[in-house]
Amino acid sequence: MSRRLLFLLPLATLALMAGFFAWSLMAGRDPASIGSVMVGRPAPRLDVRALRDGDKPITDAMLRTGKPTIVNFFASWCTPCLAEHPLFTRLAQRDGAVIIGIAWKNKPEEARAWLAKLGDPFLYAGQDFDGRTGIDWGLSGVPETYLIDGNGIVRFHFRGPITEKDVRDTILPFLKGGKP
Amino acid sequence: MEREEVIAELGHFALILALAVALVQGTVPLVGAARSDGRLMALGSTAALTQALLVVVAFAALTQAYVTSDFSVANVVANSHSAKPLVYKISGVWGNHEGSMLLWALILAVFGAAVAVFGANLPDTLRARVLAIQALIGVGFLAFLLFTSNPFERLSPAPADGNGLNPLLQDPGLAFHPPLLYLGYVGFSVTYAFAIAALLEGRVDPAWARWVRPWTLAAWCFLTLGIALGSWWAYYILGWGGFWFWDPVENASLMPWLAGTALLHSAIVVEKRDALKSWTVLLAILAFSLSLLGTFLVRSGVLTSVHAFAQDPARGLYILAFLLTVTGGGLALYAWRAPKLTSSGLFQPISREGALILNNLLLCTLAATVLLGTLYPLFLDLLTGNKVSVGPPFFNATFVPICAPLFAALCVGPFLGWKRAELWPALQQLRVAFFVAVVAAIVAAVAIDSRSALAAVAFGFGVWLIMGSLVEFAGRLKLGRAPWAESLRRLRATPRAAIGMTISHAALGVVVLGAVATGAWHLEVIQTLKPGEKTRIAGYDVTLVRVDNVQGPNYIAERATLAVTVGGRPFTVLQPERRLFTVQRRQVAETSIHSDGLRDLYAAMGEGDPNTGWVVRLYLNPLAPWIWLGAALCAFGGFVSLSDRRLRVGAPSRRPAVQAAE
Repeated sequence: MSRRLLFLLPLATLALMAGFFAWSLMAGRDPASIGSVMVGRPAPRLDVRALRDGDKPITDAMLRTGKPTIVNFFASWCTPCLAEHPLFTRLAQRDGAVIIGIAWKNKPEEARAWLAKLGDPFLYAGQDFDGRTGIDWGLSGVPETYLIDGNGIVRFHFRGPITEKDVRDTILPFLKGGKP
Repeated sequence: MEREEVIAELGHFALILALAVALVQGTVPLVGAARSDGRLMALGSTAALTQALLVVVAFAALTQAYVTSDFSVANVVANSHSAKPLVYKISGVWGNHEGSMLLWALILAVFGAAVAVFGANLPDTLRARVLAIQALIGVGFLAFLLFTSNPFERLSPAPADGNGLNPLLQDPGLAFHPPLLYLGYVGFSVTYAFAIAALLEGRVDPAWARWVRPWTLAAWCFLTLGIALGSWWAYYILGWGGFWFWDPVENASLMPWLAGTALLHSAIVVEKRDALKSWTVLLAILAFSLSLLGTFLVRSGVLTSVHAFAQDPARGLYILAFLLTVTGGGLALYAWRAPKLTSSGLFQPISREGALILNNLLLCTLAATVLLGTLYPLFLDLLTGNKVSVGPPFFNATFVPICAPLFAALCVGPFLGWKRAELWPALQQLRVAFFVAVVAAIVAAVAIDSRSALAAVAFGFGVWLIMGSLVEFAGRLKLGRAPWAESLRRLRATPRAAIGMTISHAALGVVVLGAVATGAWHLEVIQTLKPGEKTRIAGYDVTLVRVDNVQGPNYIAERATLAVTVGGRPFTVLQPERRLFTVQRRQVAETSIHSDGLRDLYAAMGEGDPNTGWVVRLYLNPLAPWIWLGAALCAFGGFVSLSDRRLRVGAPSRRPAVQAAE
């Protein structure tokens, strides 16, 4: 009998895997609604080359300046990034937000060309070419945006593009010092 | 114009007919086999040939639509352009989701017809069942095509021109990458069909293994070539100097390759020793399941990647159901019938059989590691809502260490006899190989790079694989220990399967050497240069002479001319380009590589303009060509083995149950 069970093992493994996949495909969950383990913790390590030639490397020291900071992972090949880009431009120009942009899995020259075309809202721009920093930051794709308080603690994590509503309800109150 | 439109309609119609024929082929012969009705079983072969013909017609119709730029077909509009060179119009047929699925169905149907033609002397019931299983897989693909991904969908009114092919795919490397991969994937469908038929029959014998081995071998050879071509493409088109990125799409093709490699070896045991039957059947089911997973992982949008050019979650559910039917159905049948498969061959742990089992365990562990690394982000997301990406660090920490025992044992296995063997004499015969490998590792550590001991050890492993294989072959020929005439006579008498094994095993060593050297010891210089300025990489002085604007057939490009000198003397001229595809507004790097067989001087061009200068990336990749040379040699070894007389002549006849010992 135990020999028979052994032959059932592959099927049982498959059933388990299929269950997981069916769940993930049919649950139709909105990726933005998934909680993030990053919230409430110190921002992960950040140590990347600058995207713009001649700039200093981007480090997590820039996240502990006492001022709230926005960190945005983007890529020139990512269409949702294009959609949220004007919001960042407005946040930088009108609201004076400190925004760090990091080009994720993106050739630096392509990211630079993209910013040159659309306007560059980033005080600091870095490149995470091989995606290593993205792993540290628990990135699932681009765009993702983190709100980080003056002490370097992650306070909010957006998966997917930010929207007008996010800016109004979450980001602007956060920048003004209120809790999101 | 009107005639062309009729042709596309004909293709659609042929596809519908093919589905109907496949439905008949998938059911009637099964009933026939169960009732021992010869007429019903014979229908299988006729239907297989008809189905193949119909799918060929459908594929030809789509190709015709591409070649003549029939923009009333939506698929052509989305993926072609009248300005595209002819060869890429043709490769555009399978450079997209619908067309690539049609190519899959085409290869599947042609392989089914091949079984019908060449399997004339298979037992009737086995042939009928194999063809029926093949047809059922075909039903899955044809229905998927017709109901969710119709390549013949119309567009009215027809636009004046198309949107072109993904410019990254407009490249000889990638144009022929999918067909080779698919030849491999679909080849495993035949072994799957044989495995299922054997479970239905309730018997697996050496004659069965003789049938399965050539199909596995052929599929494996094509898959090897396909993976190598994909890796080569990534190397020269992505402009990063790397050759393997542990990208999910690369992993998806690596998994069936690993399972197929295991199957290749375990089938030998079934054939020669009448053992490991249920394990081999399981591997055959898994190899094809992983092939399907590989095909669909790219298509379902479950995973995102640079290669995933067709992402559509709407198709996900169909794919999941199909994958589940093939894998689940196969494994359920396995759980039910496989316990009845009994083996007659007994053996000791230290024996050829034992070595092949170790090979299988390690290869399956490798496949499981890749599967885990590819799916882990998904699992973790489901369990905890936590999202991560798994990259090269994971695979370097898991995959690479498992290769060490595999490579270490690989050279020893061929020295062990069947049934029972002694380990020590085998190791003694390998002492020369071991000595050379250790020396190579020490030389690498001291002379090349003392920082990475791991790379030096890995380099030693590569030398070990080559030397171990050669020593085994030399021993087989009694080279140096017998007169030349005797060695020559032995060479002629050596079965091609053995020659193929030596070539492939040694070729693996060549791949390892190339991968280690390129991965660990490459040099990189990234610099912004203006015309007239120069930089230096490992003794090569590189001067940016000029940057020209070039007009291609459907792109415009900036082409840099880099003059390379060594010690003041001209060495070569490199001309990397940055191409802007005008229709899609997409930029693609075209690297320029100077290779002398031992090292690649690799140049890629980045962003820039006359005022600031251009970013120039230079890499010196030692032994890089060996990666693909080795992979091609590996596949060549497979083809040599495939040409073995035993497989060509001996395969079709099922010998009596009582078999003479080999």
